[in-house]
Order: sequence, then structure tokens, then C-alpha cells
Amino acid sequence: MRNFFPILTVTLVIFALWYAFAIVLNKHWAYDKATRGGYELSFTELVADTWTQKKPRLPTPDQVAGEIWKSTGTAAMKKWARTEGDPLSERISQVLGDKRNLIRHAWLTLSATMLGFVFGTGLGILLAVGIVHNRAMDNSVMPWVITSQTIPILALAPMIIVVLNAVGLSGLVPKAVISAYLSFFPVVVGMVKGLRSPDAMQLDQMRTWFASKAQIFWKLRLPASVPYLFTSLKIGVAASLVGAIVGELTISQDGGLGARMLQGNYYGTTLIIWASLIVAAALAAVLVSSVGLAERITKKRMGFVQ
Amino acid sequence: MSLDVVIKAEKLSLTFETNDGPVHALQDVDLTINKGEFVSFIGPSGCGKTTFLRVLADLETPTGGTVTVNGMTPREARRKRAYGFVFQAAGLYPWRTVAGNIKLPLEIMGISKAEQKQLVQEVLDLVHLSGFENKFPWQLSGGMQQRASIARALSFQADILLMDEPFGALDEIVRDHLNEQLLELWAKTNKTIGFVTHSIPEAVYLSTKIVVMSPRPGRVTEVIESTLPKERPLDIRESPEFLELAHRVREGLRAGHEDDA
Repeated sequence: MRNFFPILTVTLVIFALWYAFAIVLNKHWAYDKATRGGYELSFTELVADTWTQKKPRLPTPDQVAGEIWKSTGTAAMKKWARTEGDPLSERISQVLGDKRNLIRHAWLTLSATMLGFVFGTGLGILLAVGIVHNRAMDNSVMPWVITSQTIPILALAPMIIVVLNAVGLSGLVPKAVISAYLSFFPVVVGMVKGLRSPDAMQLDQMRTWFASKAQIFWKLRLPASVPYLFTSLKIGVAASLVGAIVGELTISQDGGLGARMLQGNYYGTTLIIWASLIVAAALAAVLVSSVGLAERITKKRMGFVQ
Repeated sequence: MSLDVVIKAEKLSLTFETNDGPVHALQDVDLTINKGEFVSFIGPSGCGKTTFLRVLADLETPTGGTVTVNGMTPREARRKRAYGFVFQAAGLYPWRTVAGNIKLPLEIMGISKAEQKQLVQEVLDLVHLSGFENKFPWQLSGGMQQRASIARALSFQADILLMDEPFGALDEIVRDHLNEQLLELWAKTNKTIGFVTHSIPEAVYLSTKIVVMSPRPGRVTEVIESTLPKERPLDIRESPEFLELAHRVREGLRAGHEDDA
């Protein structure tokens, strides 16, 4: 609650700036129309025009909100009404399968994100375990891990898709692979740090008990790495979402938020782009806070101080 | 003598090779520790007192001489879990309760659940921490954490207890209290204890034998047998006998420093 007013203030400032920029960016079109129509624009008319254009350069928050509602709620209700008389399950699948419905696109993106996140996290943890336990792997794999992240994913994504298609993988998996490509990195880095976090004394202690490498791993290294893992997962899940969207820009025929953004781009409909962007951002917020919630619960159950 | 020899070092040396040349952490250390003795190692930093304890625990490998622990090599002794080791920091796992921490070595050693429970109860009683088994480390004071770590070292019933400045990070009052409890515990369990310390009063108060060491090269300069009775209330530290012993330790430390300069 203490944070409420600062957050509210910042939000209001952002919205104010947003509306102000909408005027600045959209005014040329308004003036053009006025010149062609041969009339003068007063300031209030100008503002009213810039905030309500059909294809604005920068749509206002309320226009974006309207577009989101139109492409989720309204679209669903229309579909629902149109399938009157069909069996219930059929009606639900019709609503969810509606190509114009953003919920469907968000769902597609979410599934690629989650699958990629699971792949990436698993790969990241495995690599970290190998790096921590094997000197050769530490020296040989880590540079590749870092190099992998210096290549722009936009350039790599089409190649990943082509290669995976050639081996018969299409649909969700290629997108998830791109998503995993982005999300495994923070997990490797965080897990390596976490697995190495036990100090010399704790390792000596294990030695005095004649503990095996496996026991040191399960009883000391792994639990000690949990706080590090969660920090990485928060970054990883957001990276997964970016990866899924990049994948959808390439395989746009399957839909998804990335495909919607691309469509908006083709038709010059900034509203669609912005609506998809905002939904993607909201999705990211939900994902990151879910990881945060899982972190709090896990740490509390494990007894770490909060 | 009919005493059982628990630890015997002969001509024990350990040299670390560093970039600045060899460092003689231990040189020609001869020492015998008998069963049930409380031996303190005292000396300035760099005198090898901690290194000696770590050699006994097989955490360092000597480069010369021989050492036996319970008649075995240190490695064999470690494998047989012949000793418990208490470090300067309690090093409790924050994700385990007090009981969970004490159980840790027992789990590693593959002791049955039922027996674990019983052993944990026993050592908790010994360090006066009964009732705290379900607390997490952060809920305990520094002194209580160190007691829990002693309990953990005792849990698997090794008859040697090696302690490396276990109370070094605690304040004077807590330290006095823990010293008293440690003596009580020693009397009850009849363990052989090796205890590294910086503090002369602590060494004199606790020990039956005080090993004075000096640095560069790390060596034993004097071994002082304590004349104090086994029963030691805290105020024994004001007795002439105690002060005399402390004086001898101080002299021994000074002598070690003089031939260094």
C-alpha cells in the first residue's frame, strides 16, 4: 500500500505523456485533412481529431484499450451469438478458434512460451550441472553459451525453423526452440553461480563427513542454488515470451501475438500492433509474477528468510 | 604409560608451494594426544595451528613425516568418520531446521531414520538446545547456532572432536558461557578434543594440555600440561594456579616470537 501513490503518480505521468505525444505525432494528418477540406482547426478540434483517428501514428491508451476489447470480448460475443443453436462444446471451440480473437493468439503465444521455457530451463540446468562438475565442460561450453547470445535471434530464427522443418518438426516445437534458445542463457549463468555458491568451508565440512559428489550435489549445491535459479527464471520466462513472439514473426501463418503484430504492420493498422503489444506485455507481467509467487512459496517452505 | 594414544604426529611437515616460494606451514611437529585429553593449540596467525588440525582431518595432506588418528592414516580415519569437525562459522544450512542440520551427516552416512531421530535428540540435550529442533538457523542467536553446529559434529558419535576457533566470532559473554558448557560436555562424553584458539584464557581454562606454536616455519615451541583440576568453575580463572599457567603460555608465545625476529 505504501507503494500505491508513487506507482499511481508514475502511471499518470506516463499516460499524460502518451496523450501529449499522440497529439504531436498525429497532428500532421489532422492538418492535412483540414487543408484539403478547406477549414481551420481550433486547438480543441485538433486534440479531438488526433485522439480519435482510424489509423493514427500513435494511438491513445483508450483507443488501444478499445481495440483490445473489440478483438477479445466483442469478437467472442459476436461469434457466440452467431453459433446460436450449436452444441456448447462446438460453440466454445468456435469462439476460441476465431482468428480475429486476441485471446486465441495470446493462448498460442503462451503455449509456445511455456514449452520453450520448460525446454530452456531444463537445458540450462543440465548445462550448469555439467559446467560445475566438469572442468573440460567449464572451459569448452561456457564460451559457446555466451557466443550463442551475441547472435541476433531475428537472424537465427528463420534458420532454426528451416532446419527443424527439414527434420519434420513444425508448428509449436520450432517456436518453442527459439524461445528456449533465449531462455536457457540466464538459467545457465544463474545456476552455475548458484551451484558454486557453497563456500570452501561448507565443502570442507562435507569432506569431513566423507560425502560423495552426488550427496554434495543433492544436499548442498542444489538447495543452495534455489534462490539463484528463481532470479534466473524470472528473466528466463520473459525471454521465452520474446522468443515465442520472434518465432511467430517467422511462422506467422499459425497465428499468435507476433503474427498479429506482423499483420498490423502489413496493413498499417497501428491499433492492432499496439493491442498485441499491450497483451504481450500483460502476458509477460503475469508470467513474471507467477514465477515470483512460486519463488516466495518455495523459499518460505524451504525456510529461507523473507 | 597405559594411556591410549589417539593422535600421534612424528616429524610432521607441510610445505605449500606458492608463487613467492615455499611456505613452511608445519615443520617437524612431534605431538602425542591421548584418549580423553583436551588439547588446545595456541599461537599467532601463520603458526600452523589450523593447518595441523586440518591435517588430522585429512583436509590437508602433509608433505613429510607421519601422523596417525586412532592408529589409522587421516584419510582412513575420515572414511571411518572417526572425528567431528567444528569450523569457525556455524555453517548451518538455512533451508534446514536445527534438527535437519544435525541430521545431515547422519543422512550422508546412511543411518536409519529411527536412529537419526534418537541421535539428534541426544546431542540436542547435550548442547542444551532441546525444544529448538524445528527452528530455522536465522531464528537462533550466534551462540545457539554454534551450539547446533557442535551438536552436528557430535551427532555421529565420533570420539574425537576437532574444533577450529569455534567461538572466535562470538562475544566475550557468550564465549564464557559456551566454554563452560563445552567442559561439561567433555566431562559427560569423554571425547578427545583438539581445540584451536587465539585466546590465552580460553586455552588455559579448557585444556589439559596446551600446545604453544610459532610461525615461519610453523612449529611447536612448547607443550604445557595443565595442573588445574578437571572440575573447573568459571572463577577458577582468578586463582593463582590459573594465572601462573596463563603466564607460562604467554612466555612461551613470546619466546616463539623472539627467535622469529
